[in-house]
Amino acid sequence: MATLNVLILVCLGYVVLLFSVAFAADRVAARGGGKWLRSPLIYTLSLSIYCTAWTFYGAVGNAARSGLEFVTIYLGPTLVMVSWWWGLRKLVRIGRSQRVTSIADLISSRYGKSNTLAVCVTILAVLGGTPYIALQLQSITLSFSIFAEADPTGLYREGSSVFWVAAGLAVFAILFGTRNLDANERHHGVVTAIALESVVKLFALLAVGIFVVWGVAGGLGPMLDQIDASEIGQWHVDAGRWTTFIFLSAAAFVCLPRMFQVMVVENDDESHLRTAAWAFPLYLLLMSLFVVPIAVVGLDLLPEGSNPDLFVLTVPLSQGNDWLAMLSFIGGFSSATSMVIVTAMALSTMVSNHLVMPIWLNTQEGTASVSGDVRTIVLMARRVSIAVIMALGYFYYRLSGGGAALASIGLVAFAGISQILPALVGGLFWRGATRTGALVGLSVGFFLWIYTLLLPGMEGGIIPASVIEHGPFGWGWLRPQALFGIEGIDPMVHTVMWSLSLNTIAFCVASMLSFPSPLERLQGAQFVNVFDHSVSARGWTGSVAQSEDLMIMTQRILGTIPAQEFFQAEAERQNGRPGRLPEPTPQFLERLERELSGSVGAATAHAMIGQIVGGASVSVEDLLAVADESAQMLEYSSQLEAKSAELSRTARQLREANAKLTQVSMQKDAFLSQVSHELRTPMTSIRAFSEIMRDTEGLSAEEQTRYAAIIHDEALRLTRLLDDLLDLSVLESGQVSLNMGEATLSDVLNRAVSSALAGSDRKIGVRRVRASERIPLHTDLDRLGQVFINLISNAQKYCDAVEPVLTISAHDVGGQVVIDFIDNGDGIPPEAQSLVFEKFARVGPDKAGGAGLGLAICREIMQRLGGEVTYLPGQGGAAFRVSLPLAYRQAAQ
Amino acid sequence: MSRKVLLIEDEPNITEAIRFLLTREGWQVETHAEGTDAVQVILSAQPDLVILDVMLPGKSGMDVLRDLREHDQMKALPVLMLTARGQSRDREMAEKAGVSRFMTKPFSNTEVLTAVRDLHAQASQS
Repeated sequence: MATLNVLILVCLGYVVLLFSVAFAADRVAARGGGKWLRSPLIYTLSLSIYCTAWTFYGAVGNAARSGLEFVTIYLGPTLVMVSWWWGLRKLVRIGRSQRVTSIADLISSRYGKSNTLAVCVTILAVLGGTPYIALQLQSITLSFSIFAEADPTGLYREGSSVFWVAAGLAVFAILFGTRNLDANERHHGVVTAIALESVVKLFALLAVGIFVVWGVAGGLGPMLDQIDASEIGQWHVDAGRWTTFIFLSAAAFVCLPRMFQVMVVENDDESHLRTAAWAFPLYLLLMSLFVVPIAVVGLDLLPEGSNPDLFVLTVPLSQGNDWLAMLSFIGGFSSATSMVIVTAMALSTMVSNHLVMPIWLNTQEGTASVSGDVRTIVLMARRVSIAVIMALGYFYYRLSGGGAALASIGLVAFAGISQILPALVGGLFWRGATRTGALVGLSVGFFLWIYTLLLPGMEGGIIPASVIEHGPFGWGWLRPQALFGIEGIDPMVHTVMWSLSLNTIAFCVASMLSFPSPLERLQGAQFVNVFDHSVSARGWTGSVAQSEDLMIMTQRILGTIPAQEFFQAEAERQNGRPGRLPEPTPQFLERLERELSGSVGAATAHAMIGQIVGGASVSVEDLLAVADESAQMLEYSSQLEAKSAELSRTARQLREANAKLTQVSMQKDAFLSQVSHELRTPMTSIRAFSEIMRDTEGLSAEEQTRYAAIIHDEALRLTRLLDDLLDLSVLESGQVSLNMGEATLSDVLNRAVSSALAGSDRKIGVRRVRASERIPLHTDLDRLGQVFINLISNAQKYCDAVEPVLTISAHDVGGQVVIDFIDNGDGIPPEAQSLVFEKFARVGPDKAGGAGLGLAICREIMQRLGGEVTYLPGQGGAAFRVSLPLAYRQAAQ
Repeated sequence: MSRKVLLIEDEPNITEAIRFLLTREGWQVETHAEGTDAVQVILSAQPDLVILDVMLPGKSGMDVLRDLREHDQMKALPVLMLTARGQSRDREMAEKAGVSRFMTKPFSNTEVLTAVRDLHAQASQS
């Protein structure tokens, strides 16, 4: 049995190895060498800090307790990597082009550089991260204690070992995580060290797995039999929990600060994602390969009540394989340390940038900020933050007593950190997302997470049991674990469902209701359209970094494309190679200043360039204000554009109205000319014959009677014409008042037929279908009768059959009363059918001396009555259809 | 020698009035009430004078006159045009089309008789 001393020696040796690897990698990177440091392999391995001690030890424990459910924690990230790698690519591109230092920075930057949001995300990350760090410390101590139990010297004391582990990790993170001010710069040392640790933990777990399958169970076949026989094989799949856990681990994979650190901040090349998309899932697969065998063998082999979280250690120990147990311990140690180091780095960047620095800057207000000063302050803040975060983890561990199962703490942290997801994904893909929306969504999700999961889960009763049982103030629908009366689901599923859905809804609604500031809009566009206008930046050096800033500023002022064209032309002028940023030489700066002064004025342009290149005393806020103003100017000019579009629309409408008026006036002229003709024709006859009668001597009595009759007829024709004209003008002006009455259709037709036939001596047979006429009408009966008379007399005048017959029939067609007047003549030629209802339209030689206004009047009347009169083609003779809406009929019933 | 007038007019009462007046003056009056074939009718009737209405069924009097003047032997035929529309534009159009005399309805009988006499006298002299 290995003694504790050996273990501690091995541990120290391992740590020294890590230190030297990190140190060597940093040295090599600083010299500009070490291409392999920036390989996709290192990137993929560094991503596997996703597998912490929680997965190293906890997955086996989870499998022993809940069967295959542990797989969900691996499935989530696998899904993200395989099916959402394009989303990650966008994230990485934005991270690089905006020089993002942490997930809090990314969110803040997207929503108009809002520090409030950054503070929120930071607090959320620290709250979620602290228990997680405590969990790693706990796993290290637990594994120590396994070896300590067997140690005869009894020197081991749990408390002090945790303290020293925490302190050691803090020193490591400080040494390698805060060597440079620029948080965006790669930490090659740390990344290489954690890549090595990833290899170690995978190797250790595989070694234990192979030992268990072939050393203990006796090969693959017996192992499978043993799995079949054990309880684990029979665990059922709970769809709700599985979906939730897969979703949760996927969300956490994107949102966890340490994952963001290695995936985005430490990323050297976007193309590495392509390799990671298949290599990382493969890594996860290997990690999960032996989890079930180890759990099954552990349950069989070890006495009841052994902690399944430690099977990875205790199974080899129980078989007397101390060296394998040692390797396994180193694997767990690697998982824990790599996670703690990267988390501490990521959180410290957030704490120092978004909590400490703003406060420090405020206290320093008034004194000129010298850049050298700020440098040391930032580094100090970051180092102290690491120490404080480690201390928080340590105290959390001491206070919580390390009782809860490892996996459950991990999941609580996952649920907390995934509250960032809506704001993050919304910010990447939706330009309408606003700061207010992000704040409201985050607050809602954060609050629900604390209320429904964090507080009820804490021992010691921060929330009284009565509240959990009956809700606050006795309001049952607010019970923390059964919100809105939805009971009986897993608390984790419950929390995730409510917090994330309400978070997302609040985020969307508040975004739609609020207006983004110009800066927000600018940032939103840059994030959402990052692939359109970011130049992919490779290998920043100090001076080109300035060019980068100049470029970003110029884009905001000149617009993306002109700025890019300008910079490209400058780069070409300098070294004949486009595609790189130009060096900020004095000549270039001078030209840039001239270019910018065209947009913002000379003084401002000078100040802005001075600010970036150094020396001038313009604050960043001033700069942003100027950028905002130009954004507002853009807005204003687009308003002007809208206005001018409106004006030209109005002008077009006026032109159209004018054309219509001209047309109306021409129609009026044509009408007057027609009226003149219709008046003059009878007057001509009257005048001619009256002069004949006056001037001619010796007219026979016959002649006298005949000419007087002509004069009389023509006078009547004039009167009729005037009547019709007046009637039509009243109808057309719409001033006609309807005299509503009730009668059956049959009555109206009776009257119309007899009065039409009486007025003329031309004979026509009228055939009616009496049965169809029993329709009650509620309408202006005289007007309707006028229409009927007109149609009947038209048939009488124009029907050219030898024995003229007019058939009148009524029906119900689609909610209307339809009355057809069809005669047996030749009908109206097709080309004239569309004209018959026009004023003064007459078809063929006028046999009846009408003015051609009758049908025009009919059409007007029917329109007033809510119906219509149309010509029915294809009926043999002339055929007219009068239709009245049935509503008139119903009104009468 | 008999003088022949061709009256192209679609209003029967006006046709009757003019026929009465001119018959008493010694004219042989032929009538026609359509615009469409009016030119053929004139060509075949060979009248000494034509009285032409403007608003005719089928073809307007203006078009009839224009087509008539296309024929060489019809260039000098006196044409008296009657219209009920009475707009100055019509008069211009008629003159362009080669009308001999243009009168608006309603006319006085004396006016018509005077115009017919003048036109005939001019035609006989030339």
